Amino acid sequence: MPYSAAPLPDSGPNKIEVTGLDFYYGDFHALTDITVVIREKAVTAFIGPSGCGKSTFIRCFNRMNDLIPGARAEGLIALDGQDVYAPDVDPVDLRRRIGMIFQQPNPFPMSIYDNVAFGPRLQGVKKKVELDEVVQTSLERANLWKETKDILGRNGLALSGGQQQRLCIARVLAVEPEVMLMDEPCSAIDPTSVQKIEDLMAELKDRITIVIVTHNMQQAARVSDFTAFFLQEEAGEAAVLVEYDRTAHIFTSPTDRRTEDYITGRFG
Amino acid sequence: MSEVTSASTNSSRGLRLVSRLTYYKEMALKNLFLVCAGVAVAGVFLIFAFVGIRGWPIFVEVGPWAFLAGREWNPTDGVFGILPLVYGSVVVMLGALAIGTPLAVGAAVFLSEIATPRIRGLVRPAVELLAGIPSVIYGFFGLIILRPIVANLTDGLGFGAVTAWLILAIMIVPTIATLSEDALRSIPPGIREASYAMGATTWQTIYRVLVPAAKIGIIDAVILGMGRAIGETMAVLMVVGNAPVFPETIADPIATLTTQIVMDMPYATGDHRTALFGMAIILFLVSMGLVALVRLISRFQTSMESG
Repeated sequence: MPYSAAPLPDSGPNKIEVTGLDFYYGDFHALTDITVVIREKAVTAFIGPSGCGKSTFIRCFNRMNDLIPGARAEGLIALDGQDVYAPDVDPVDLRRRIGMIFQQPNPFPMSIYDNVAFGPRLQGVKKKVELDEVVQTSLERANLWKETKDILGRNGLALSGGQQQRLCIARVLAVEPEVMLMDEPCSAIDPTSVQKIEDLMAELKDRITIVIVTHNMQQAARVSDFTAFFLQEEAGEAAVLVEYDRTAHIFTSPTDRRTEDYITGRFG
Repeated sequence: MSEVTSASTNSSRGLRLVSRLTYYKEMALKNLFLVCAGVAVAGVFLIFAFVGIRGWPIFVEVGPWAFLAGREWNPTDGVFGILPLVYGSVVVMLGALAIGTPLAVGAAVFLSEIATPRIRGLVRPAVELLAGIPSVIYGFFGLIILRPIVANLTDGLGFGAVTAWLILAIMIVPTIATLSEDALRSIPPGIREASYAMGATTWQTIYRVLVPAAKIGIIDAVILGMGRAIGETMAVLMVVGNAPVFPETIADPIATLTTQIVMDMPYATGDHRTALFGMAIILFLVSMGLVALVRLISRFQTSMESG
């Protein structure tokens, strides 16, 4: 499958390859000609001012944009070399492989246990022993087991915001996704919880590929290996990918003037 | 202090005082609304007191047990056992709920999760319109259209519980469907998104996440539908056959508390009349009980979510 994704200084397996992606909400052209590769088992951060299409972009990876009437994508997004927008790809199966964490923690209004067991149950796991095990493992991996092991029957909404977000992470981990998309996962929770989630990302990237959208440049610098900077230059225009490189490089010696302006706080 | 003074002298004029007229107008309006609220509350109390005072003697004279659990309703001989009527009311209500609830919840799910805005814009007003049709029209519909069908199927006259179920099932659909749809719509959109993002299909999202999340609201809706079913009089009266006895089959004529009150009230005197008021007390208590149940459930939900 041909693609012309911009090469990065170091090699490594690519998990997701995006080639010439354009995205539209009805008549509005939101993203134009995005080409980027996401490295496997690394954290890739998408930064940029509000409204520059970062969230729209990651929602293309698991086709969450399909749910919005009038939204359409053109171009290629390949997961392990397979086009996710190919007509025979089942978005349901795709979303089982690419999990997603949202800005607002959104546990289901059911018990902590049922929240984590939700994904495995969808896949037909019924045995109590198996579910118990997957619930415990997932909560442990989300660093939430100690706090919740005695209150598994309690409603997930009774937890604090930060705990709810880790519960959502546990819920995603329970189905062993290959990729985890995080759409500003820390912008609605308290600083202590932010720390916990950032630590968690560092632990998780040994096993899964993480893509995080963040407003917070310090966060991108702390947690990510690669950073992509998006920008919508004029209101109403399509956003573009300005620069994509190793995080260290983006934050110390950006190539593009606009990137430099953004990270030094001149706009946005 | 001096700054304040200088500020007020700098502006072109000082703060205007509330005129006496405005003040009286405000007070008058406040009191008017108070009176409105008072009338509503007083109405409930007066009706209850009226029904209570007129109906209470039957519990004393016949005895509460003989009245509530008496198996025979025969006013001519002075036998006032309302159990057949209670039985009729309960059977008619349960049957209507059994048919109407799945229909209504299905409609609610369709409106909230499946219909496009355009389709919803057509269907929802149509469902709401059902609630505005006078019940005597439902009665006619039952009498002319449904009764012959039921008669054919059950090999009877078609006057009885079955026809009443069908009519009432349609009548309670708007109550249950609109309230259930509201409950489904009030689920935060993030919950829906989370379910789809977990790889759930639309159907799995509906039955594993959304309906459980809206469960309390749906139960409330069903209880209010129950109240509607047990209180409905005219439509039931026209198709139920009005025989205050225990039926042998579900297709035999029966009577309910409400229909019996309407049938007997024009001519009843003495104890018979008192017994009808006694039945009204029971109806009143049942509907108050149902409303109380709804409030209790809502409170239970609030306390559950907070821990």
